[in-house]
Amino acid sequence: MTSTVSFLTTKPHLIVIGNGMVGHHFVEQMIAQGGHEEFNITVFGEEPYLAYDRVHLSEYFTGKGAADLAMTDGSLYNEHGVRYFTNSLVTEIDRAAKQLLLQNGDSLSYEKLVLATGSYPFVPPIPGHNRENTFVYRTLDDLDAIRACAKQVTRGTVVGGGLLGLEAANALKNLGLETSVVEFAPRLMPVQLDEKGGSVLKEMIEGLDVKVYTDTATKEIVDGESAFHRMNFADGSHLETDLILFSAGIRPQDALAHQSGLTVGERGGICVNNHCQTSDEDIYAIGECALWNNRIFGLVAPGYAMAKSAAGHLLAHLLGNAGVTFTGADMSTKLKLLGCDVGSVGDAHAQSQGCKVFVYQDEISQSYRKMVVSEDGKKLLGAVLVGDNSYYDTLLQYYLNAIDLPEQAQALILPAMGDAPVGLGVDALPATASICSCHNVSKQDISDAVCSGALSVGDVKGVTKAATGCGGCAALLKKVVDNELLALGVEVSTDICEHFAYTRQDLYNLVKIGEIKTFNELLKTHGKGHGCEICKPAVGSILASVWNDYVLKKEHISLQDTNDRFLANMQKDGTYSIVPRIPGGEITPDRLIVLGEVAKEYSLYTKITGGQRIDLFGATLPQLPEIWEKLIAAGFETGQAYGKSLRTVKSCVGSTWCRYGVNDSMKMAIDLENRYKGLRSPHKIKFAVSGCTRECAEAQSKDIGVIATEGGWNLYVCGNGGMKPRHGDLFAKDLDDETLVKYIDRVLMFYTKTADRLQRTSVWMDGLEGGLDYLKDVVIHDKLGLCGELEARMQHVVDTFQCEWKTTLEDPEALKTFRQFVNYEGSDNNVVFVEERDQMRPATELEKQQLIAKVG
Amino acid sequence: MTMPWKLICKKEDLVEGAGVAAIVNGEQVAIFYVPESDNQVFAIGNWDPVGKANVLSRGLVAHLQEQWVVASPLYKQHFVLASGQCLEEDISVPHWLAKLEGGEVFIAVN
Ligand SMILES: Cc1cc2nc3c(=O)[nH]c(=O)nc-3n(C[C@H](O)[C@H](O)[C@H](O)COP(=O)(O)OP(=O)(O)OC[C@H]3O[C@@H](n4cnc5c(N)ncnc54)[C@H](O)[C@@H]3O)c2cc1C
Ligand code: SF4
Repeated sequence: MTSTVSFLTTKPHLIVIGNGMVGHHFVEQMIAQGGHEEFNITVFGEEPYLAYDRVHLSEYFTGKGAADLAMTDGSLYNEHGVRYFTNSLVTEIDRAAKQLLLQNGDSLSYEKLVLATGSYPFVPPIPGHNRENTFVYRTLDDLDAIRACAKQVTRGTVVGGGLLGLEAANALKNLGLETSVVEFAPRLMPVQLDEKGGSVLKEMIEGLDVKVYTDTATKEIVDGESAFHRMNFADGSHLETDLILFSAGIRPQDALAHQSGLTVGERGGICVNNHCQTSDEDIYAIGECALWNNRIFGLVAPGYAMAKSAAGHLLAHLLGNAGVTFTGADMSTKLKLLGCDVGSVGDAHAQSQGCKVFVYQDEISQSYRKMVVSEDGKKLLGAVLVGDNSYYDTLLQYYLNAIDLPEQAQALILPAMGDAPVGLGVDALPATASICSCHNVSKQDISDAVCSGALSVGDVKGVTKAATGCGGCAALLKKVVDNELLALGVEVSTDICEHFAYTRQDLYNLVKIGEIKTFNELLKTHGKGHGCEICKPAVGSILASVWNDYVLKKEHISLQDTNDRFLANMQKDGTYSIVPRIPGGEITPDRLIVLGEVAKEYSLYTKITGGQRIDLFGATLPQLPEIWEKLIAAGFETGQAYGKSLRTVKSCVGSTWCRYGVNDSMKMAIDLENRYKGLRSPHKIKFAVSGCTRECAEAQSKDIGVIATEGGWNLYVCGNGGMKPRHGDLFAKDLDDETLVKYIDRVLMFYTKTADRLQRTSVWMDGLEGGLDYLKDVVIHDKLGLCGELEARMQHVVDTFQCEWKTTLEDPEALKTFRQFVNYEGSDNNVVFVEERDQMRPATELEKQQLIAKVG
Repeated sequence: MTMPWKLICKKEDLVEGAGVAAIVNGEQVAIFYVPESDNQVFAIGNWDPVGKANVLSRGLVAHLQEQWVVASPLYKQHFVLASGQCLEEDISVPHWLAKLEGGEVFIAVN
């Protein structure tokens, strides 16, 4: 950029300083309302990255990369002519000349300016605070530095026991450090929690091996004896630690406002009005740097609301009104800290005039809940939850919408007894109820979206953006959408089909508990009618995964889809393709030759699949058993490419051949494939194993991904390729062989047991309340006490494996069904092949007609 | 008038709850054996007019809206076994009367 940037057009110049979450949202809002046509927009950000999701920053330590957290890759800006500069600190505003000065000396003039400079972490000026190995927790660069240091050391301490401090402590723990938290106040999360809530939380967190020091002031930080630092406390005691992370609050980044003489608050923050204008009407401030009504809002939702009001005001002439104003925001929060639920709504400290309080406390399961109600007991003013956030959504809605409390209001925080529903039905919510506060989506907005054709949660998310911010409202959103669909008369039945009023999971349990072995038995006891193409294969799959019986037994035959019935994949012309198992993609030259010979003999079209196997196309029904006889004689097994079951375990050669490999991924892949090959599951499942983090086998795009590390294996779960690709989530790190297999057993069996029909692992996990964390609780911490059973079930499947083709070839009854015609020894004359690139392929309709014309 | 019943195959050639294919007067016919139904056996054309292949005999037999149907293995349309009518689209496939008698399967041809 030169020092005199001029534009060819005469559009006024709008500059946004700061490209954090709120600055980015502002640009999005401008673009959405056509603001890029009105203004030349330029964005400056100090960080080396474009805006990223700071709210989910901690996921940077649990498998997400910078690209996953990015809120834009710049294409939105490029497409709409918004210029952006990263690594660009704005150092001065000259309001008189309406010019900006950048750190690199450039200057630039503006007509309108938006400050979205966020805040910076406050580091208490304790002597020694700027020693080496001290950090803050705000940016991707901060996290890189923390990660690098954590690799070298064993002990970490967070100064500050607020919301962010506890989140940071969790991160240190995840990095494998012995972790402590030092809080100056007498309790944890002093802003959100009352004393009792804070102490329950403290107990829970100590139970997780994090040391908590409350009421503790640090006097100085000096060289340690057994560790890098020693923190000397005011009471004379001390703590030795290698790494210190300051999380003692944030301060609005208002340096430019001070420099240019804008009005700022006593304790910082750029003063703004309801349109988010500062004391200079051409300059706006939004997000965490802005001070409205003497308050700073340290959450993303209020920042988004400010962005919206500033954009509306800037475009008022265009829109014909001044848009929405910013009039404060709700600061209720819920979150999971170190695995503990914490929630705070409204007036958590019961400071309102005349208010009354209900408290529920359970010292056995460690939970604490408090409700603050108005003097007349009619309205909810605030609440505190520790240990179980399932009460949060309902309480928040009572609070936000000032809904009259029910007669026995205390029931709202009492544990559910029997089956009495306590929650507030979504029906009771007024149309104006805010469902997603990040994107300000009301119940009415959702209802409108459903009415105009968004008939699933996914669609509604797409249209309204609800649940795409912090994600806290996902469960509530689903309820509202279901309710709206119901109101429209769209049935949201979870029944599998008209024959069974049950979900797949219910049927699984019925089969297991009732020891039911056939479809007819299940239909007689729990269903009605005669079954259909939905419930038959689903039950077939359940019977197979519970009892692992031969699928072509007489009583099971009619349950199978054509592919399962004929143990091959039907192609468009009614012929089949054959995929023998090639575990891990490893194959001897001799076997490769057998495949070649068979393919040649039967003129099969031959192709290598994405799963490192070989697919032979164009076999007719009667050819299937003949071909398999040859394949089995050569030592092949069925690849079950036709079933909803384990497909392949893709692998790289790993440490046996690759110079980078750190472990034998080949052997692991083969072992895993052989272990799980018999499992029938709700949907097909794919695995991959990579020999090092270069990830040549693309394990992170599979249902189960395994990557070798110096310390063992990292396990990723619930990824997939296909129509909606999704990266797997890091589930556990540095596992030994035995634990790896144990975890996979449990995850797969839990999935098989609880997923819906044709539900992929990713969708299944997202649907579990609590998602990945919940799955970890079940599989790693055995929260449901199920692990023993899951492993035993899997072992049964492993022990009773049979190659379905081998069994079929031994069974004359089953072989009978592979005849093309029951009364004629000929072939289907509609199956016509032509040659292309030296192989056979099905003829097109046109080619068939021409061929027939020639013959005739 | 007596029906021109034609012997197609033995009962053992059928598969319970599913279909098999036969050739009748040069035409491909799908024959279904549904023991729970009143009629026991059904015969419709084997040609799937949507998928354009001879595959209906290899579809899954289902009971929907009080009728026995077969779901095409290619694109899953349902065809009523008794009439050949497609439930999703305004098309149908040929159908024949069929009977099971003395362990043998007959269909009516004209
Ligand atoms: C670990 C963590 C967890 C959090 N969890 C939650 C949560 O669960 N829920 C929630 O609502 N909120 C949460 N927050 C808070 C949320 O991230 C912030 O409210 C939000 O990011 C504020 O957005 P902002 O754009 O105002 O500020 P920021 O995101 O801080 O962006 C400001 C940007 O401006 C840049 N900048 C500053 N000065 C200049 C300058 N002079 N020139 C150029 N660029 C400049 C900064 O480098 C920065 O990139 C969390 C924050 C952290 C750190
Ligand atoms: S993932 Fe690692 S070990 Fe495997 S091939 Fe790639 S570089 Fe080699």
